[in-house]
Amino acid sequence: MKHQTAVLDSKLAVEAGRSGLMKRLNSSFQSLFQRHKTFDHGIYPVEHKELTAHKPIRRLPFADELVIPLQQHKGRPAVPIVKVGQEVVRGEPIAVADHFVSVPMHAPATGVIRAIGLAPTAEGPKTQAIYLKVYHAASQEVLYGEHREPEQMDAKEIIQAVQDAGLVGLGGGAFPSHVKMHPPAGRVIQTLVVNGCECEPYLTCDHRIMLEQTDLLLRGIMIALRATRAERAIIGVEDNKLDAVAHLRARIPKDLPITVEAVQTKYPQGAEKMLIKALLDLEVPPGGLTADVGVAVFNVGTLAQMGDLLPKSHGLIERVVTVSGPAVANPGNFMVPIGTPISFLLNQVGLNGPVGQVILGGPMMGMAVSSLDVPVTKSVSGVVALQPEAPDVARRQVYPCIKCGECLNACPISLNPSMLGELAAAREYGTMAEEYHLDQCFECGCCSYVCPSNIPLTQYFRIAKSINRDAQKHHEQKQH
Amino acid sequence: MDKGIEIRTSPHLKRVVSVDKIMRTVVLALLPICAFAVYQFGLSALLLLVTTTGVAIWTEWFFARLSGRGNTVSDWSVVITGLLLGLTLPPGFPLWMAAVAAFVGVALGKALFGGLGYNVMNPALVGRAFVQAAFPVAITTWTPAFAPGRFTELIPSTLTLPFMQPIPVDAWVAGLQLDGWSGATPLALQKFQQIEPPITDAFTGMIAGSAGETSALLILICGLWLAWQRMLDWRIPVSVLAGAALTALPFWLVDPGHYPTPWFVLGSGGLMLAAWFMASDMVASPVTARGAVIYGLFIGSLTVIIRLFGGLVEGVMYAILIGNAVGPLISSWTQPRVYGAAKRSKADAR
Repeated sequence: MKHQTAVLDSKLAVEAGRSGLMKRLNSSFQSLFQRHKTFDHGIYPVEHKELTAHKPIRRLPFADELVIPLQQHKGRPAVPIVKVGQEVVRGEPIAVADHFVSVPMHAPATGVIRAIGLAPTAEGPKTQAIYLKVYHAASQEVLYGEHREPEQMDAKEIIQAVQDAGLVGLGGGAFPSHVKMHPPAGRVIQTLVVNGCECEPYLTCDHRIMLEQTDLLLRGIMIALRATRAERAIIGVEDNKLDAVAHLRARIPKDLPITVEAVQTKYPQGAEKMLIKALLDLEVPPGGLTADVGVAVFNVGTLAQMGDLLPKSHGLIERVVTVSGPAVANPGNFMVPIGTPISFLLNQVGLNGPVGQVILGGPMMGMAVSSLDVPVTKSVSGVVALQPEAPDVARRQVYPCIKCGECLNACPISLNPSMLGELAAAREYGTMAEEYHLDQCFECGCCSYVCPSNIPLTQYFRIAKSINRDAQKHHEQKQH
Repeated sequence: MDKGIEIRTSPHLKRVVSVDKIMRTVVLALLPICAFAVYQFGLSALLLLVTTTGVAIWTEWFFARLSGRGNTVSDWSVVITGLLLGLTLPPGFPLWMAAVAAFVGVALGKALFGGLGYNVMNPALVGRAFVQAAFPVAITTWTPAFAPGRFTELIPSTLTLPFMQPIPVDAWVAGLQLDGWSGATPLALQKFQQIEPPITDAFTGMIAGSAGETSALLILICGLWLAWQRMLDWRIPVSVLAGAALTALPFWLVDPGHYPTPWFVLGSGGLMLAAWFMASDMVASPVTARGAVIYGLFIGSLTVIIRLFGGLVEGVMYAILIGNAVGPLISSWTQPRVYGAAKRSKADAR
């Protein structure tokens, strides 16, 4: 086993050594013979995955204090059920969900509740959080929960168990998983799409999960199949991780309705809509759900946790995080307790010089934090530390739009970002939504990435959407 | 560690191709064509290119300053305008008229609309169209290529005093004692006398014509290089050329004695330069992929129709200007189909 890993490591090292151009030539040459499926448009940012792709998932010491925000997911915040000064055991519920679209929180470590108050978030405004002082001398064994067989449970019980486990989409979306398992009335889930694309540069946590937690992942898929009543599952993996494709194919028993499909390495292949398009050639209608085309999409990390937590009736208390970037001295993939401050993580991996931006998630869609006190939450798949940008790069000159059409060729949902950008500059936010499908934009960043005029298109669209939302709210209030 | 942390919005990665890089690459692709023009027509062509480019740059600088837009010369787009304009004028074109063309092109064709990105038409062609109307004689006065002594003396008309009629070149050309010089370009010969010169001459540039339009082959190579660098939408030149060839084909099939061969259509006049470097002007062409193809076919076909049935010998300039004018309309017709929209999803169909 050890020998195998070593062989794999050296293979990856050789791949990492190859220059970018050779890699690109090689992949385009290969694609002449075996074209993996994909979606229209998209971009090819430099991947930088060689920094951590070969590094097994490791654990780090516990931080002195963990900060657990009550809203780490889409939906209603959880409600705390602990008091300040109360001692909690690792895995114990500390906050409960009071609504279907919400999830509970569990203590990520044995310790004492120091405070319940405001904490900084990556998004900006401070939110309520539980401060947990860790007992370093504790064994940190999860004592909560009892054994059960999810394979014997019915769909309703599984969905309840998934909510109780506090599971949310670990790919970055943080949408409560049990809600996705429960399709709206009249919709039937036929296909379970398992997202192992990991299209963001730098991130490798899903890659490692597919290699190291294969059995948990397969168990999670079987549980999800049972809960959604889907007939089959397809694991979509970008073809920069063919080792994971081969590994999964070798490990999946023949009698299971699970297949693995390699898709082209192209950003944003990991977006739900893009992966559904690539694998099934289906398009989710505007404003619709994936259930409208009979599909539910789950990230590999989410399902691996599901396969791990449900049989033990544990809660989600830790996740795999890739800590990487040019400013990080010893990048790697780590199993990190929820609530660990970013500053602690960066101290553990060390920095090689000054830090510019620290991004939670990947560099294309992730958020730059304004404070390193921000904790790792359930949606943080990576912490990417970049070096400060040279002044001339940071102050890139913005030119007028020259109608080059690069953004149209990049937009994965075929919007016209050039036109949308001009409308945004003219403050015609209504026209943007009504005639140019602004609401379809999921802010993947492709247009900003390619724009030779350095127009901050994605930022324009983000602002326009929020202004439209405010206007809508205002309009509704007036009517009441 | 918290000190000096930077915050920007996503995406945090950026491709490092900027407008000035694109424009510099286009200038680079034009340089071999300029060099060939100078080699072919000598000092006069050099002065012509220097004049148009210099005046274009000055005009850009002047109007940018006037309207407080800062230094817009540094985006290099005006250099392309200057070079292209020079390449489309006859080599012996009076310099003062060339200066007028450059000024009008940049001032009326670009600055008036708000500078780079806002111009509706290609500024170089606006300038050329202006002098075509203003100085119809000078702009159709052709001089022979590879004249002996072209590197030591100027074509007499080059140094015409401002606001004066161009100095006639007939006596000077006669003095060169060239065999078979008729003073007409291949296009004019074909149009009025149905004489088609060997196609190889048109492709290699061994003919009379505008300073930089004679060697179709060289232009093709430079254009292909630019497309390979991904600094040019290949759809436009390809569809312009296809549109021209396809429109010319049926006429030639019906009456080969009267109408030109499709390859002559492609290799002659300004079509090649216009297809690769002027129709493809990003600002003035449709932004959608399908729109680019329609726009290109329209320009190619209109060029041939003007050539065959219009009063003018060459029609590509007006074809592109008209194409530029309808470009926004084509763009709005060909908006891309948004993911999930219009097409009914397959699940519903089931």
